[in-house]
Amino acid sequence: MVTIKFFSLVREALQLEQVTMALPEGVQTLADLKNHLVELNGDHWRTVLYQPNIVHALDHRVVDVDAPIKDGAEVAFFPPMTGG
Amino acid sequence: MRRVLVQSDTFEVQSQYATLTDAFPGAAVATFTGYVREFCDNGDVVALELEHYPGMTETVLESLGEQASHRFGLKGWRIVHRFGRLGTADPIVWVGVVADHRTPAFHGCQFIMDALKTDAPFWKREHLDDGSAKWVAAQCSDTKRREHWRLNEEIK
Repeated sequence: MVTIKFFSLVREALQLEQVTMALPEGVQTLADLKNHLVELNGDHWRTVLYQPNIVHALDHRVVDVDAPIKDGAEVAFFPPMTGG
Repeated sequence: MRRVLVQSDTFEVQSQYATLTDAFPGAAVATFTGYVREFCDNGDVVALELEHYPGMTETVLESLGEQASHRFGLKGWRIVHRFGRLGTADPIVWVGVVADHRTPAFHGCQFIMDALKTDAPFWKREHLDDGSAKWVAAQCSDTKRREHWRLNEEIK
């Protein structure tokens, strides 16, 4: 299984906080997973997940989109952070 | 002692200071406290809402404290950060560090603050007095401050 979380503007745009799914066949990287989500959910998801400044996290670490994904991973998509 | 506190409840600066210095006595202590501003570019702020990513937030703050400790030779450090809905003038964040001398104390405290602005998964939304609410955009100046620490690793 893979858990996918959405925060802030991304959460609002998709009207979804979290989704859990079996690791889809053929999905090996975060980029593959994004493509899979867009194929499942349509163009609105493409617009949201392919925003130029979107941040990707894998198991609580910010990663590049070519990061490999394994079963049990926790993935998150969100805009640039504004802490402090 | 837990060195990272992520909480919705408010905190008292004096008590955080005492917790840090009791656990890590040292010659130089530097702290920073951030409060909710009463104004922004879009008008008067009545409240600030902070969303965060539970789990990742604690991991990132712990890592930043450890990086600062290693890089600046700190004797101790502590980070408190709030989430949820905060009123104006409420404290948001507190960072305290202990070192042997003032320079690593100042630098360690500033490094943690600069890094958590861009690296810790918080997102702010300002609620204004006209009833509107707007997500706060990340600032280029914050990214530049973060890059400054990456590009100048000789600063200890």
